[in-house]
Amino acid sequence: MKRRDFLKGCLIGGAAASLGVPSKSWAVGSFEGYPDAMGVLVDTTRCIGCRSCEAACNKEQKLPEPDVPFDDTSVFKEHRRTSEKAYTVVNRYEAKDGQKPPYRKMQCNHCNEPGCLTSCFVNAYTKTGEGAVIYDSKVCVGCRTCMVACPFNIPAYSYSSAFAPVVKKCIFCYHTRLKFGKPPACVEICPREALTFGLRFDLIKMGHERIRETPDRYVDHIYGEKELGGTSWLYLSRVPAEQIGLDETVGNEPIISNVKEFLGMVPMVLTIWPALFSGIHLLATRNKDHGDAHHNHSEQEDGKK
Amino acid sequence: MQKRGFWLAGLMVILFLATVPGTSRGITVPDNVTLHSQSKLYEPFNFPHAKHILLVKECSYCHHHTTGTLEQDPNCIRCHRNSSETKVVSCRGCHQSDPFSAVAIKEKNKKIYHLDKPSLKAAMHRNCIDCHEKMKKGPIACQACHVYTKAGAAFYNTGEFAPKNKPAKSGHGGH
Repeated sequence: MKRRDFLKGCLIGGAAASLGVPSKSWAVGSFEGYPDAMGVLVDTTRCIGCRSCEAACNKEQKLPEPDVPFDDTSVFKEHRRTSEKAYTVVNRYEAKDGQKPPYRKMQCNHCNEPGCLTSCFVNAYTKTGEGAVIYDSKVCVGCRTCMVACPFNIPAYSYSSAFAPVVKKCIFCYHTRLKFGKPPACVEICPREALTFGLRFDLIKMGHERIRETPDRYVDHIYGEKELGGTSWLYLSRVPAEQIGLDETVGNEPIISNVKEFLGMVPMVLTIWPALFSGIHLLATRNKDHGDAHHNHSEQEDGKK
Repeated sequence: MQKRGFWLAGLMVILFLATVPGTSRGITVPDNVTLHSQSKLYEPFNFPHAKHILLVKECSYCHHHTTGTLEQDPNCIRCHRNSSETKVVSCRGCHQSDPFSAVAIKEKNKKIYHLDKPSLKAAMHRNCIDCHEKMKKGPIACQACHVYTKAGAAFYNTGEFAPKNKPAKSGHGGH
């Protein structure tokens, strides 16, 4: 009777814990960004693919020498992605209506609720009040979980470093510029203001205003306003976002919403489960050992007989 | 009576002047404008203003409502239907060279309509390139106007600073 009560209690307690504990942390995932967070509105209709932003990024972040000069347009033959040598790249896409091919700059989008930050188990990542997603490479253990977690495939890895490889990505020029209220290097050099720097909330209004004023120029959508809970970098485009390599299937839920149920279970698993299952194990095997021993003993005795 | 006559004459003169384009009023119109005189990355170059006046003929095409024929754009004439010519017509008179500085963003007057005014650099590049594309005439490529200085060539890793050991096609990790 006592054993049955104990098991019942365990089951009820476990069920309550599994439902009750995480429900407190259910509220995460509704963060709409810091009020003073800065952002960049990328107007792809203005970009002419001059690659000046790539050159500026290379010099500002003191990145290694590129493979080809920054005024070489042959790089547009393929769709490049960010790497340890280039925190930003501009790609050219096909215009399906025979118009000028659109270009899009690619870099970290600095999510309001970054997937990389959520996934990092050593807390190397920080979302600063200014809106930048930065990371501490001294803390980074090079596990590359953030590279898997990032929905935009942005973090790159210093594969060239044999002994201390770390993750590498755009940091919004945080340490040299953003922290001091200055725009990132790419924005400053952009000749056509395809990149507009400002408060994220202002940029969203500005983007909608541009769409309203010149509706023929844009698709009525600001990519990054709502995607994955919102990003600091926002995109305007003449063609649907998917045609310039922006994934429209990511949805509006931040990455943390997909994993919070699991993460909410972690404390329960770590604290309750060991006690619960050891208890069950002990109870389940309480008489068994003795019985087995007895049985063996009797077998031996049988053999003797 | 005499006083009224004087005022009337004054008004007539003002009205008369208003119909005369600024060019004839002795406002100096430069034939050539040297652009990029402060740049570190590019050599200064000449913008042939006189040539553009002859080709385009309409000042407001580039100068918006500040000079030439009144603005025709339906969006602009909501306010600028009767705007008279302005004293300052140069690009830098309205377009800031540093619109993204902390001070500029903080002190932005959010009550005015033109919140989304392009910077000086952007205004020029967009005006020049977009028109050249439309007219299929005039330079579009970067190098057609901008000649690198030594610092510029180093910045873009081009010319004498071009990467020497071009690696075999493998550089893009994780395709």
